[in-house]
Amino acid sequence: MKSVKFLVSLLFTLGIFYGLNTKFGDIPPMGKFLSPNQGFWKNEITESDVAEEVLKIPGLKNPVTVNYDESLIPHVFAQNDEDLYRTQGYITAQHRLWQLEFQTFASGGRLSEIVGEAAIEYDRGQRRKGMGFGADNALKEMMKHPEEVKLLEAYRDGINAYIESLSVGELPVEYKILDYQPEPWTTKKTALLLMYMTDMLAGGDADLENTNFVKLFGKETFDLLFPEFYTDQDPVIPQERDWSSFDVEKVEKPDVDFPSDFIKETMDKPNPHNGSNNWAISPAKSVSGNPILANDPHLQLNLPSIWYVMQLATPEKNTFGATLPGALGVIIGFNQNIAWGVTNATRDVKDWYKIEFQDASRKAYKYDDTWRATTEVIEEIKVKGEPVVYDTVIYTHYGPVTYDHTHKGNGEKVGYAMKWGGHLPNNNQQTFLDLNKAKNYNEYAAALKHFTAPAQNFVFASREGDIALWVQGELANKWAEQGKFLMDGSDSRYEWQAFIPQNQNAYVKNPERGFVSSANQHPTDEKYPYYVYDDGYETYRNRVINNFFRSKEKFGVQDFKDLQSNTFSLKAAELIPTMLDSMDRSSLTANEAQMLSTIEDWDFNSSINAEAATIWEKWWSNLYRMTWDELYNLDVSIDRPSAYQTTWLLKNQPNYAWFDRKETPEIETAKDLYFQSFRDAVQDLTVWQSRTGKSLKWMDYKGTYVGHLLQAQPAFSRFNLPIGGNSGIVNATSQNHGPSWRMIVELGDEPNAFGIYPGGQSGNPGSKFYDNMIDRWTAGEYIPLFFMKSADQASDRILFSQNLSPAK
Amino acid sequence: MKTLINIILTVVIAFILSLFLPWWSVMIAGFTMGAIVGLKKASSFFVPFLAIALLWVVNAWFLAQPNDFTLTKKIAVLLQLEGNTFLLFLITGVVGGIAAGIAGVFGNQCKQLISGKK
Repeated sequence: MKSVKFLVSLLFTLGIFYGLNTKFGDIPPMGKFLSPNQGFWKNEITESDVAEEVLKIPGLKNPVTVNYDESLIPHVFAQNDEDLYRTQGYITAQHRLWQLEFQTFASGGRLSEIVGEAAIEYDRGQRRKGMGFGADNALKEMMKHPEEVKLLEAYRDGINAYIESLSVGELPVEYKILDYQPEPWTTKKTALLLMYMTDMLAGGDADLENTNFVKLFGKETFDLLFPEFYTDQDPVIPQERDWSSFDVEKVEKPDVDFPSDFIKETMDKPNPHNGSNNWAISPAKSVSGNPILANDPHLQLNLPSIWYVMQLATPEKNTFGATLPGALGVIIGFNQNIAWGVTNATRDVKDWYKIEFQDASRKAYKYDDTWRATTEVIEEIKVKGEPVVYDTVIYTHYGPVTYDHTHKGNGEKVGYAMKWGGHLPNNNQQTFLDLNKAKNYNEYAAALKHFTAPAQNFVFASREGDIALWVQGELANKWAEQGKFLMDGSDSRYEWQAFIPQNQNAYVKNPERGFVSSANQHPTDEKYPYYVYDDGYETYRNRVINNFFRSKEKFGVQDFKDLQSNTFSLKAAELIPTMLDSMDRSSLTANEAQMLSTIEDWDFNSSINAEAATIWEKWWSNLYRMTWDELYNLDVSIDRPSAYQTTWLLKNQPNYAWFDRKETPEIETAKDLYFQSFRDAVQDLTVWQSRTGKSLKWMDYKGTYVGHLLQAQPAFSRFNLPIGGNSGIVNATSQNHGPSWRMIVELGDEPNAFGIYPGGQSGNPGSKFYDNMIDRWTAGEYIPLFFMKSADQASDRILFSQNLSPAK
Repeated sequence: MKTLINIILTVVIAFILSLFLPWWSVMIAGFTMGAIVGLKKASSFFVPFLAIALLWVVNAWFLAQPNDFTLTKKIAVLLQLEGNTFLLFLITGVVGGIAAGIAGVFGNQCKQLISGKK
C-alpha cells in the first residue's frame, strides 16, 4: 500500500514537473514562464529604472560613456573605433537582443528551429534563394579588409559580452514564450542581416511572370500593359541631366529568342510597398540658407522596430541616426558635416536562367556545347520538436537552382537558376562605416563605391552647401530587355557581359533646380545611355514631392515636416474627375448619390476623417479587379499592370477590348466599369459597416497597426492607429506598412535634426520605451534629436548614464 | 501556529533555493518540507501549496507594481485571459502552489517509505 502511494506520488511529481517545464503548442512552459525568479515577471522592467551605472566589458581598450536621453536614445562616446563598435554591439543587444537574433534566423532560413514545422516552407525558400550563399560571399569580401574585420569582431564580441552577462531570468520575454536560448553572435550574422535587407529591397522581380504573360497574351499586349517608361513621369535624376560626358560601352543584343515556358507557381515576393522618400534642398532654396535633407524609408511596421537610433562618437567623428540591429554604424543619419539617406533604387537585379540537366541525377547542365558540373548543397533545416528536414539545392555558375522538380518546377531535367546582384561579393558594410565619418561630397562619393546591392538612391547634403543623389549599386550593363524574361542558361549569349562602370551610375550633383529627390520612381528618363528596367516603379509620390519643391522659392524645416505627413492622393486626383464626368446619376439610389457627393466634395487628401478616401479606395480596388478580370484565377503565375498604366489606359483608351467583362454578355467600356465598380463599392461598404459597426472614416477603414515580429501577436502589437495616408501617397502609411523612420536634418553650424519612428528604443514589451514613440509618430510629430558634442555636456535631457570600463 | 511556522519555513527554504536554482526550486522546497520536516496528511500538500502560492504572488507583485503592471497586462492578453491581471496573479499562485504541494506529498511518501512508519 505504501509503495503504491509512493509510486503514485512520484508519478504525479514527475508529471507536474514535466507538464510545467514543457511548451505545449503555443502555450509556454507554465512553471518556468510564471515563476517570479525566472519567468516573464522578471521582464516587467523599464530600462531607466534598473540601469547599472558601471559596466565591465571585456576587450574594451578605454572607458566609454553612454548617456541615455529621454527617448532612451544612447549617446555613445568612445576613444577609438573598436571600442565604439564593441559598445554599439553591447548596447544594441541590451535593448534588442531577441530581434537581433530572430532577424538573422529569418534571413538564413532557420525559423523552424524556433517556431517549429510551420516555418519549414519559409526556411526552404530562404535557402533556395541562396541567402546563406550571399552572406558567405559578402563575408569573404569583408575578410579581405583587416581593419574592417577588427570592427566586425569588436561588434560581435560586444553582443556576446552582453549575452554572457545574462541570467536565465534576464532573457528577453520572447525567449521565454518560445522556450529557447540565444546563441553566440558571429560576423556571418552581420552578413546575414545585410542580406535580409538586400532581399527585402532587391529580392523582387517579375521575369517568370513576364514570360508567362507573353506566352498567354502576346508581346504586343505585354508592351502596352507593362511599358518600360510611362508617359509624363518625373525620374530621380532630373530630365535636364546631360549624359554626354559618359564614355559608354554599349552591349549588343544577340540574335536570340527568349525561352517560352509556363511557370505555374513562383515564391512569395517582398512586399511591393517597400520603398521610401528622400530629398534635399540647396542653400539657395532654403529659408535659413542651410541645406536641409529628409528621408523616410517605408517598410512593414513592426515591433520591435527595424530601426534603433544612436549617437556614435569618437574624437574623430560624431554620427547620429538610425542603425539596423546587427549592422555596424549608422545607416541613415548625419554628422557635424553631412547628412545622408536612402531610398530603394528600383532596378531589376535578379534574373532567371533555364537550366537543362544532363539527366535526372542533375550532376551536369548544358552550357553551349559542353556539360558543366553542378554543385550540390544539402541544406539541413532543424525543426523544433521534429526530425531534421533535408533539402538538396543545386548550384550552377549563375547561382542556386531555386525552382526544380522538388520545388515548384517543371520536371526532373529542368531547373530555373537565379542570378542575383544580392549574391555578388560585396562590402556594403564599408560604405556605411565610411559615410559615418565622411566630411564632404568627395568622401560621400568615395564611400558609395563599395556598395553593391540592394541598389539605393543615396541622397546627400553637406554643411558646405552641396547636395547630390547617386543611384548606387553594382548594376549589370544589359542589352535591351535582357533579364526582363526567363533566359536560356544553356546559351552563353544570355550571360551578363559587364557591369556599368561605377562612375557612370546615374547621379546628379547640385542641379540647377536646387533640390534632389527620389521616391522609387524611374532612375532616369530614356536618355540615360544604359538599359534600365524594373517591374515596380513608383509613379505618384515622386511627382507630389517634386511639384511641392517647384511650388515656391524657399523652404524650411516645417515644410519638410508637412511634406512627410502629406496625404494628397494624386492617384485619386488623376482619375476621379474622369470617373465623375461619366457617371449616369439618374439611376443612383439615395445611398449611392450620397456617397458620390462625398467624393465630389473631396480635396483628395486621405486624412484620418475623410470618408471620401474610404469610398475611393474601395471604388478603385473594385474597378481594378473588374478591369483586369482576365488576369485573376489563372493557373500560372503572372503580374497585373500598375495603377498608373491602368489609369492611363482607362483615360486614353476607354474602349480597349480588355475592359469588357467576360462574365457579362454586354460589351463594357471604361464608363461601364466606373459605374458598376462604384455601385459595388457602395454595396460593399454598406455591408462592411453593418458587419463592423464602424464609421467610414479613413482611419477606421484602414486600421493601421504596428505588429510584433511574431505574427503580430496581439498582446505586443498596437492597433487602429489614427493616421492618414496610404501607399502611393507621400505619407505612405497603409494598413501595416509605412514610414518606418522619419528624419529631417538642417546642416547649419550645428546640425538641427528631427526624427521619429513607430516604435520605441526598447525591444522589451514590458518597458515604457517599447512603443512610446508610436502616438507621436501617428500625430506627425518629431523628437528634436539631441546632438551631443561631448560626453560630459550638461543637459536635463539626459535620463541616466552608464560608464563602461575594460574588464580585467 | 505550527502550520504558520511551517509555511514560513517553506517560504524561506524556497526563497533561498530560488537564488541559485531554476523555477523548480519550489518543488525541492515542498519536497524538503514533506520529507524532512514531516508534514502530516493533507498539510503535506497544503502547507507547501499555500507557502509557494503566497511567495510567487507576493514576489510577482513586487516586480510588477513598480512598473505599473505594463507587461502583466500584456501577458494577460497573450495567455488569453482577456487582460484580467487578477486572474494572472491567481494562476501564478496556483501553478507554483501545485508544483510545491505535489512535491510535498511525494516528500511525505518518501519519508514514510524509508522510516517504515504507517
